[in-house]
Amino acid sequence: MIITSNLSKKYANNTVLNIESLEIPKGQSFGLVGNNGAGKTTYFSLLLDLIQPTTGNITSNGVVVNESEDWKPFTSSFIDESFLIGYLTPEEYFYFIGELRGQNKADVDSLTSKFEDFFNGEIIGKKKYLRDLSKGNQKKAGIVAALIGNPEVIILDEPFANLDPTTQIRLKQIIKDLAEKQGVTVLVSSHDLMHVTDVCERIVVLEKGNVIKDLETNPTTLKELEAHFGSSAIAYQEEE
Amino acid sequence: MIKHFINLEWKQFFRSSNFGKSIAIKIFMGFMALYLAGVLLFIGIFLFKALKKLFPEIDPIVVVNNYLVYWILFELVFRYFMQKLPVLNIKPLLILPISRQKITNYVLTKSALSPFNILSLFWIIPFCITLLFKGYPGVNVLSWFISLLSIVLIVNFLNFLINKKNAYFYSILGILVIAIGLEYYKIFEISAVFGDVFNMLYNNPILVLIPMGLLTLVYYLNYKNLKGLLFLDASLKQKSEEAKTQDFAWTNRFGEMAPFLQLDLKLIWRNKRPRMTVFLSIIFLLYGLYFYTQDKLLEIPIILVLAGIFITGIFLSNFGQFIPSWDSSYYSMMMSQNIPLRKYLDSKATLIIFSVVVLFLLSTPYVYFGWEILALNFSCALYNIGINTPMVLLISSMNKKRIDLEKSPMMNTQGMSAAQWIIVFPFLGLPMLIYTIPYLLSNQLIATIVLGVIGIIGILFRNTLMNKITRLYRSKKYAMVAGFKEQN
Repeated sequence: MIITSNLSKKYANNTVLNIESLEIPKGQSFGLVGNNGAGKTTYFSLLLDLIQPTTGNITSNGVVVNESEDWKPFTSSFIDESFLIGYLTPEEYFYFIGELRGQNKADVDSLTSKFEDFFNGEIIGKKKYLRDLSKGNQKKAGIVAALIGNPEVIILDEPFANLDPTTQIRLKQIIKDLAEKQGVTVLVSSHDLMHVTDVCERIVVLEKGNVIKDLETNPTTLKELEAHFGSSAIAYQEEE
Repeated sequence: MIKHFINLEWKQFFRSSNFGKSIAIKIFMGFMALYLAGVLLFIGIFLFKALKKLFPEIDPIVVVNNYLVYWILFELVFRYFMQKLPVLNIKPLLILPISRQKITNYVLTKSALSPFNILSLFWIIPFCITLLFKGYPGVNVLSWFISLLSIVLIVNFLNFLINKKNAYFYSILGILVIAIGLEYYKIFEISAVFGDVFNMLYNNPILVLIPMGLLTLVYYLNYKNLKGLLFLDASLKQKSEEAKTQDFAWTNRFGEMAPFLQLDLKLIWRNKRPRMTVFLSIIFLLYGLYFYTQDKLLEIPIILVLAGIFITGIFLSNFGQFIPSWDSSYYSMMMSQNIPLRKYLDSKATLIIFSVVVLFLLSTPYVYFGWEILALNFSCALYNIGINTPMVLLISSMNKKRIDLEKSPMMNTQGMSAAQWIIVFPFLGLPMLIYTIPYLLSNQLIATIVLGVIGIIGILFRNTLMNKITRLYRSKKYAMVAGFKEQN
């Protein structure tokens, strides 16, 4: 259960995020959509205590994230390439994350072996450092690393960007399984409305830092979202 | 076209995000350059007189010619570390209608105007003018001048060829060491052979064509080399080395800290900047020879404290001052992963303490210069572990600049901030002070013991100190995460 209350983030009087209250129940697959600058990454960074909230706070499983480090054992995330250690091979990186999360090498191996399809033979055993992998492959390694150690909360920022179509479809299946079968709370942000509606039970639309829509996903959600974002595009055209 | 290139670079310089921040460092470097220029100018003006005094029976120009080869070799080594081929941001230019030939020529011509080449002129020109005033024939002096100028440029371009392969560099360094050795023991005077060559150049002005020809050759080689690299897949894209997996299993005995120690060892092993830092630490171990072989210095025990702290703590200061910047490229991951900050800092401290112990053990042969030195170094090692380690960690909490791990540490000001300037005084000054007071009151032995005991007290209070440091790092966490994100 992730409870956000009175959360705001300001940079020199410019409010980039302002969420009065938002509750994400355990085991929900939660999607965050919005245009550039809507505050998606800001929200995730606040959730990971990487930036300081101006007001309010986020409580994850009863832990106030900016006051205690106790949320770390059950939370994992992949925000961008700055979450990878460039001079390690993917295997070494997985083992390192595994050790941090109390998993031995065998545990990690058995987990990563499940993702052979997803890796498409380009990650494991290639004798390459992470810094030398392509952007897409780096992303794959980062996403899988976020799954190590049975986390209860997984945060993925723009997981679909930079991935090829086959991998996108595989990733969608992985995310769905996590929430449905394993009761993991998955938080995903994306620009791609179709992907998000495919994987998420609930979708929140951010605009200029505010929550302006909070939808349970149903067959008409995609249409509704497209209409919403389309209308602002039309409004923009009219303004011109 | 050249106008456009220059315009682009001008903007690149003044609009870079860290322009304002690093202006102090630029000014400092500017002063250094001025100082060097001044020294060289001084040498250039008085070289003739000085040589006349030192070697009254030999013509100064002959002396200069005899030792010219060492200057050239020194320049090659010096430039290898200091000078890099000027980079023009080539990628965006490749798809524009600019010929590759033009880009190549521009980059190479620009390198000819590098300060390294200009600095050499500061001694060559005044020396040549003195020669003319002393009545040396103008044609010879002029052709000799042009030869030297060509040699400077040859060194300049040769450096870029050498820079590509470490093997070239080590062979040149090897030649230099062997040559000095042979010369020193008077087995074979290489300088004499090259001296003859340079004297010949001076005596036969027409031979100036040889260095000029060589210059054309190295320019052409560079040109060919560089032009071939102007493709996205050649050099602009980073070449990837084959990864070797190491597991440093022996660190497992450190329990919970093992994964961090392994990570740090890989950090050092696989990245140029930290690797060079460690390499330099080992070189600095030899610094003791400088201190201990001078009787005058041996009489001032405070200087020996300086040497002891320096020798056992060189890794501590070189590596420690950039904690946590070493992890800057993935710091947000470290801060959101399941890593308590305290454990992170403990593992850094362990690595540093380990280095102090190793450096102390390596320095034990200095017992040759007296057991007092060994005892003092032991005290200094204790002090480094007990006091200096927490102190460096404390001051390092001021770091919030990103470090690029793959760049050479030589003259690399990246990641520099106030922390690096402040650190020197307590790091070296405080132990010297602590030593001096009991030394003046009683004797060397007591002072050595006092220094060591203070180190032990620091070790005993380690837990409290580390807790305080952890709290400090916690409060600076957000600033660090934000600062490390900024690309220079």
